[in-house]
Amino acid sequence: MPAKASRAAFGEALVELGARDDRIVTLDADLSKSTMTARFARTYPGRGFNLGIAESNMIGVGAGLALAGKIPFVCSFACFVVGRFETIRISVAYTGANVKIVGTHAGIAIGEDGYSQMGLEDIACLRALPNVPIIQPADELETRQAVAYAVEHQGPLYLRLTRQSLEPVCPADSRFRLGRWLTLRPGNDVALIASGGTVFNALEAATRLQSEGVSAEVINAASIKPLDEDTLVRAATRTRRVVTVEDHSIFGGLGGAVAETLAEVAPTPLKRLGVTGFGESGDPKGLYAKHGLDPAGIAASVKKFLNR
Amino acid sequence: MADGQLDAIARACRVQIIRMLTHAGSGHPGGSLSVIDLLVTIVFGRLRHDPRRPDWADRDRIVLSKGHAVPALYTVMARAGYFPESQLVTLRQLGSPLQGHPDRVALPGIEAATGSLGQGLSISLGMALGLKLARSPARVYCILGDGEIQEGQVWEAAMAGPKLGQPDHPLDNLTVIVDYNRIQLDDFVAKILDLEPLLAKWQAFGWPVQEIDGHDVAQIGKALDQAEAARGTPALIVAHTVKGKGVSFMENNPEWHGKSPKPAEAIAAIGEILGVSEAAWPDYLRTDATTRALVDELGALDPK
Repeated sequence: MPAKASRAAFGEALVELGARDDRIVTLDADLSKSTMTARFARTYPGRGFNLGIAESNMIGVGAGLALAGKIPFVCSFACFVVGRFETIRISVAYTGANVKIVGTHAGIAIGEDGYSQMGLEDIACLRALPNVPIIQPADELETRQAVAYAVEHQGPLYLRLTRQSLEPVCPADSRFRLGRWLTLRPGNDVALIASGGTVFNALEAATRLQSEGVSAEVINAASIKPLDEDTLVRAATRTRRVVTVEDHSIFGGLGGAVAETLAEVAPTPLKRLGVTGFGESGDPKGLYAKHGLDPAGIAASVKKFLNR
Repeated sequence: MADGQLDAIARACRVQIIRMLTHAGSGHPGGSLSVIDLLVTIVFGRLRHDPRRPDWADRDRIVLSKGHAVPALYTVMARAGYFPESQLVTLRQLGSPLQGHPDRVALPGIEAATGSLGQGLSISLGMALGLKLARSPARVYCILGDGEIQEGQVWEAAMAGPKLGQPDHPLDNLTVIVDYNRIQLDDFVAKILDLEPLLAKWQAFGWPVQEIDGHDVAQIGKALDQAEAARGTPALIVAHTVKGKGVSFMENNPEWHGKSPKPAEAIAAIGEILGVSEAAWPDYLRTDATTRALVDELGALDPK
């Protein structure tokens, strides 16, 4: 499989699933060309709704459609859709409405558009809601499986997707399951837990570290909530060092979730890699290098953390 | 149902509103009393529903967007048979499905979790659209508070309402009613952030608008008929109401937006709602055992 953005894989998967299940509808707020639902709306006239630049109303309309039996995918940039947190909190989560919230353009990897368009706090916000699972697939295969899962899942759910292309990282026979992580590379000295667009970079970092005598395990944490406590604790107990790698604020994201669980269940030295401030404009590669999320930056942080 | 019967039901519901709020020791009497005639006219005058099957796909739906007035909805639901009237006094108590604001999961028959103001119209648009797509004959009634309209999401929804679903699935299965009681928590709406010209605003957004007395069940019924007859568009009714309607010391007084009556105040309020003068009250209680029991029940509550 060639590299593909998870938003693109999402758009394609939704067209395929839409043929089998006419309950699926899409809602957008003037970004359907970017969230990649435009093809769904063209393929299935009358099932794609553009609510204009009015995200709160879009989320509420999605809740109402869900309460009338539809399976609405409510889509925008991660920052814009999750930014309407109070509407998600009451109209979707507390209501238990079967709404699939889709946030694309996650992280600093969107590049040039800069901070106001970057979803960097969305995981932190939605982690606080008791009944909203958070899924961030790492490549095309996993995205297709996650979208199919979202249709089957009864209740609200958040799907976090990238603008940038993602190299394939999951084995062809792998299968996405909520609450389960995928160990992509075994290792003994440290466990790298990554999600979404950072999984590939974590794998590249592990290759570099190998040549320098460090054996790094790499785990793909597509299911950010619930996380996979068994896999996490097993890896932490064995390697005795954990590093999380995410294109999200280090406050309250994957690193925060891992920290909470480890502190309670298996206290283990932990280093959280991610975004520590606001984002900014720039080329994506340069931004990843600046924030230490490129393979070289991850490898350097790991070595420093291990005192090697 | 005849208008006189609707008035009688509304009176009984007003008594229950006072009763449950007095038991709860907190809650919102003003907006509950302003909206009750609207709710009674909808539920007992025309709503297609079945309290034994709250998940019936083709039921009409009521979204009480001004969720703080939910005691009014609870009294109507109890009377319709969704739960026993005796449960009303559990309002706001730990473990009760009668939450302080509507909880769809806790109480079957509640259509939407509201109370975080400004969200109900969007949900109603989605419901109406979903029902249209399913070719359901069901209708959606959305009740907005006047203060609530200050929320921006209401105007996002107002802009979308007449456009959404067009041309094949216009939302002419949706009736929206504004309970225009002119008072919000802090003060009179006109003093906080005036809504006027309210009708012109909705008209400019493409809504057919009617203006009625929200305590006149005949006017309410006629306006609901006319809204239902509109084709190709959702319809709006601005219902002019009196906050605290039926209880003289609560009427038009911002103090009674969100404060429950003490037992003595509740008993006085019930006398007024029933239209019994102070002089005639002792005799009335001797002849009406139900009211006597209610007065005894409230009198036994801790005056706090």
